[in-house]
Amino acid sequence: MLLIRCPYCEEERPELEFRNAGEAHIARPTNIAAESDDDFEKFFFIRANPKGVIYERWRHIHGCARFFNAVRDTVTDKFVMTYKAGEPKPAKLPGAPK
Amino acid sequence: MKKYSVFAIAREAMRGHKGWEEQWTSPEPKKEYDVIIVGAGGHGLATAYYLASEHGITNIAVLEKGWLGGGNTGRNTTIIRSNYLYDESAGIYDHALKLWDGLSQELNYNVMYSARGVMMLAHNVHDVQVFKRHIHANRLNGIDNEWLTPEEAKAFCPPLNISKEARYPVMGAALQRRGGTARHDAVAWGYARGASARGVHIIQNCEVTGIKRAANGAVSGVETTRGFIGAKKVGVVAAGHSSVIMNMAGVRMPLESYPLQALVSEPIKPVVPCVVMSNTVHAYISQSDKGELVIGAGTDQYVSYSQTGGLHILQHTLDAICEMFPIFTRMKMLRSWGGIVDVTPDRSPILAKTPVKGLYVNCGWGTGGFKATPGSGNVFAHTIAKDEPHPINAPFTLERFRTGRLIDEAAAAAVAH
Repeated sequence: MLLIRCPYCEEERPELEFRNAGEAHIARPTNIAAESDDDFEKFFFIRANPKGVIYERWRHIHGCARFFNAVRDTVTDKFVMTYKAGEPKPAKLPGAPK
Repeated sequence: MKKYSVFAIAREAMRGHKGWEEQWTSPEPKKEYDVIIVGAGGHGLATAYYLASEHGITNIAVLEKGWLGGGNTGRNTTIIRSNYLYDESAGIYDHALKLWDGLSQELNYNVMYSARGVMMLAHNVHDVQVFKRHIHANRLNGIDNEWLTPEEAKAFCPPLNISKEARYPVMGAALQRRGGTARHDAVAWGYARGASARGVHIIQNCEVTGIKRAANGAVSGVETTRGFIGAKKVGVVAAGHSSVIMNMAGVRMPLESYPLQALVSEPIKPVVPCVVMSNTVHAYISQSDKGELVIGAGTDQYVSYSQTGGLHILQHTLDAICEMFPIFTRMKMLRSWGGIVDVTPDRSPILAKTPVKGLYVNCGWGTGGFKATPGSGNVFAHTIAKDEPHPINAPFTLERFRTGRLIDEAAAAAVAH
C-alpha cells in the first residue's frame, strides 16, 4: 500500500484514504461541442501511460476530500512530490540533476 | 519436430529419456525477417504459429525482452469463457473458445483445457437482471449460458455458501458449461514448439528499444539490445508495455497499465469442481490439478509497471473468498504475484492496423486476455498476413476512440475489468 502525502493536510496517510483520479494537467476544452473528433480523442481517451515519471491526480476522499496532484515513478511506485491542485506542473523535480 | 505420443514415451522409457529434443530452438537473430512479433507471450506466439500454419509465412522472429511466457501468460488465473454481452465480443471470445477445444490435438501438446464450467454468482436484484440479460444475449449469439437457482449452484459447486444469512447472499448464478481453465505455461510452450517447428525464430532476452521507419513513414525494422533487425511488418503484442513500444513509433495509445494480482493456496484435495466468479464481492476462484486454489484479485487503482500490487487488494479478495466459501477461512496462501495489464477506455481489446504502415497492434486485453489467446493470435495473424482485419476483429480498431464506435464491455461487464 502506498503512503501518500496530502499537500492540504500536510501529512502522509495510507492509500486507503485516497482515490486515484487519473492523469494530471489535462485541460478540459472550454467549448467541448466545438472540439474536432481528433482533439476530443486526445483529451478524452489518449493517455501518456509512462514507464517512469507520471503526473497524476489524487483525491483525499476519506480525509479532506480535496483533489491534488502528485509526481510518482511508475516503476518503483515511489512518490517524488505532491502539490496542490491548480499549481503549475513543476519545472524541476526535487532530486533531479541540475 | 518429433511427435509426442504414448509410443514416444514408451520408446524414451526404454532408453533413459535421452532422445527428447528441445521444444524450440534459440537461433541467433538474422538481419531481416518478413514479420517481427514484439512479445513472446501467449498472444504473440499464437500469432506467429498461425502466420506459419495458416498463411505460409515462416520467416518470422518473435522478440522477447525476458523469457518466453514470463509475463501475463504465466501470471494469470487461466479462466476461459466467452459469455460476453456484445456481438463483437461474443464473436472474438467464442472464436477463441472453439479453438481451445481441440488445441491440444492441433499443437500435439497437452494444454490441459478443461471445460469444467464457469459459474458467475448473482448477489442482488441488479446482478440477477444483468445476468439474465447476458444469458439471453449469449444464447442469441449461439453461446451456451444458463441460469441456476442458489440450490442448483450449490449442487454444481458443493462448498459454496448459499445461506440467506450471508452478508451478500447468493441469489442465483449464470453458468457457462464450456468455460473452464487451461494450463497457461503449456499454452505458451505449445505455440512456441509449433511455431519453431515451422521455422519461426523465437529470440529471448532481446528487448526492443526502438522502431525504425523508412523515409515514406513505413516500418523498416526494430532496434534491439542485440542490434538492428529489419522487417517490413511489425506486430506489437506487448501487453502492459504496449504504450511504451507504440510510443517508439510515435503512436500514442488509449491505454493505461495497472498491476493485477493473483495468488494460490497450499494444495488440497479436490474441492472446487468448477470456476466460481463473483463481481459484486469481487473474487474468482478455481482449483488447479495440483490442488492449489487459484484466486484472482482486482487491479490497483494507479498506473504502474512495478509487477507488484498492494496487499490490501489481496486482503479484500480473500475476505470475499471466505464469505463465499467459509471452509477456506483457515487455509494458508502460498504465493502471490502481479502482472501489468493494459486497459482500454471501453475495456475491449485493440487488434488492428495502425496509422503507421506495416505496424500492427494487438493490445488492450486488460484483465482478461488469457481466454482469448488462440482466437486473438488467429485473427491477428490474418490481419498481418493480408494487411486487413479478419471480419471477427474488424470492429476492434484503434480508430473507434475517434469515431465513437466503442465496444463498451466496461458498461456491460459481467465481471470487473
